[in-house]
Amino acid sequence: MQDIADLYCRIKQEKHIKLDAEFTCKAGEMLAVVGPSGGGKSTLLRMIAGLNQPESGEILYGNRVWYDSDKKLSLSPQQRHLGYVPQHFGLFPNLTAMENVVAALDHIPKSERKPRAKKWLERVNLHGLPDRLPANLSGGQRQRVALARALAREPSVLLLDEPFSAVDRETRERLYLELARLKEQLAIPVIMVTHDLNEALLLADKMILISQGKMLQQGRPHDVLVRPHNEAVAKQMGLRNIFDARVIAQEEQRQITWLKFGEHLIASTYFEHLDIGTKVRWVIPNQGVRFNSIKQGRLCKSFNKLDITIESMLTMGESVRIIASVRGVRHQINAEVPLYLAQKLKLAKGVETTVALRSELIHILAPA
Amino acid sequence: MDWQALWLSIKLSCVTVIILIPFAILASRFLAYHHFIGKSWVEALIMVPLVLPPTVIGYYLLVGLGSQSWLGRFLEQVLGQQLVFHFSGLVVASIIVNIPFAIQPIQRAFESVPQEVRDAAACCGMSPLKILFKIELPLVWPGVLTALVLCFSHVLGEFGVVLMMGGNIAGETKTVAISIYDSVQAFDFASAGQMSLVLLLFAITVLALTTSMSRRLGRAHGSRHS
Repeated sequence: MQDIADLYCRIKQEKHIKLDAEFTCKAGEMLAVVGPSGGGKSTLLRMIAGLNQPESGEILYGNRVWYDSDKKLSLSPQQRHLGYVPQHFGLFPNLTAMENVVAALDHIPKSERKPRAKKWLERVNLHGLPDRLPANLSGGQRQRVALARALAREPSVLLLDEPFSAVDRETRERLYLELARLKEQLAIPVIMVTHDLNEALLLADKMILISQGKMLQQGRPHDVLVRPHNEAVAKQMGLRNIFDARVIAQEEQRQITWLKFGEHLIASTYFEHLDIGTKVRWVIPNQGVRFNSIKQGRLCKSFNKLDITIESMLTMGESVRIIASVRGVRHQINAEVPLYLAQKLKLAKGVETTVALRSELIHILAPA
Repeated sequence: MDWQALWLSIKLSCVTVIILIPFAILASRFLAYHHFIGKSWVEALIMVPLVLPPTVIGYYLLVGLGSQSWLGRFLEQVLGQQLVFHFSGLVVASIIVNIPFAIQPIQRAFESVPQEVRDAAACCGMSPLKILFKIELPLVWPGVLTALVLCFSHVLGEFGVVLMMGGNIAGETKTVAISIYDSVQAFDFASAGQMSLVLLLFAITVLALTTSMSRRLGRAHGSRHS
């Protein structure tokens, strides 16, 4: 096994699939590459694996150069010694589960291969099926074999391409837990491509958001969600509460930027270098809109309160999605509340009420 | 029954497939996995023997490889003998005529191996040669088998090209198909009937065997590629 190191990647490509990204994935970190389908995520992963070559850029594993366009240097996937799990797992259909794992162990003596393969199949909770062909395994079982095959190599990096898209919901939930558990034990950089933001929020330590080949933002998933750099990121992250407002005061000491939204006073997280009177766009995630605080008298401030009229309610499982019009402005606000709370507060279409916005989740977007 | 002609035909078929199939595997793999400028022209060229009358191919081979052409004279010098009207000429002709029968099924089989499987194999550290032998060939097996059977049977029954290129020299270029024609010309219907029946039974048996083998192979590897 080679030394564990961080993976650095800078890739630029104009032809075919456009790509422009630069990031580091530290050892022991799980990086989620998130973005809509066809945005170049899988291509990026294939470039890291050495299956595709970018037009220009640099890929480094610690001090080792995997790819350098200036030096015209590119290591083959074999030389990079990595673990790669493609979207549909890429199991060898002619080999059994056990043989699939053994096939990836050419680098160790023959006598050690089977015991190691067996150990890894058990580690991914695939007991008693080593002699089955991939066609006779379920989606979740195939995914486990692919994961065992990738990890048994003791790879330098683990690359997962949409690891949960080809399994059913129930299996997916179980695999989330298993991957989260496995992640704790792995000391290598893990890069996971996904179009599902929730997977990134659930599993990743860091995420990069890619759209049409361009890296829009990187950071901790929660930070990207609550502090999107600009409107494009906010929209990619599924944020719908994006509004216009005017800056009326800057309080650097308290780290507050005061906004006027219609007749409402909004205290947002501080945004530097904004002049009074500047028109800005601000955003708040659905979960930043609270219904219960005011009724319970917890919030007596005169700001971050909106008078709303509920326009529609949609129950989705245990939560209710609410769309309401804000009094005084021509905007609609989206919110999500647990079902029990909606029932307790007797929320219904046409109900007029006041909601509170959580200051720490209000965020001003950088101008486009 | 012209046993000599039947033996010559079988020998010709065997030599042709032994030379052609390994070449076809490499060429098909290249065509299946690579995109390059002019690929459709190369593929069209490969298919030409399918649509051209065998006598036309035979004519060009006769003219191109005969002692009148520079290529023919060059080959004669290198090989020490003329290709036309000789068994080796028949082999060359059979190979050229059967290229589409060999490449088509094998190329389709290579194309059906999912890219993910090949990518995963490379990322598992397998060398290209190992990927070919351990992963791809076991998966494209039915395609290779089909190509083999098609070429073998096709050479066995080839008439036009063989006649143009090899003439009708007993023990050298007189294949079973030509022998059947000869027998009919000589009103020896009994002999022609026997040889035709042998070819017919051979064709049915081989096709039945290949179909059942392909099916068994397909079942063993599962219908889905994972």
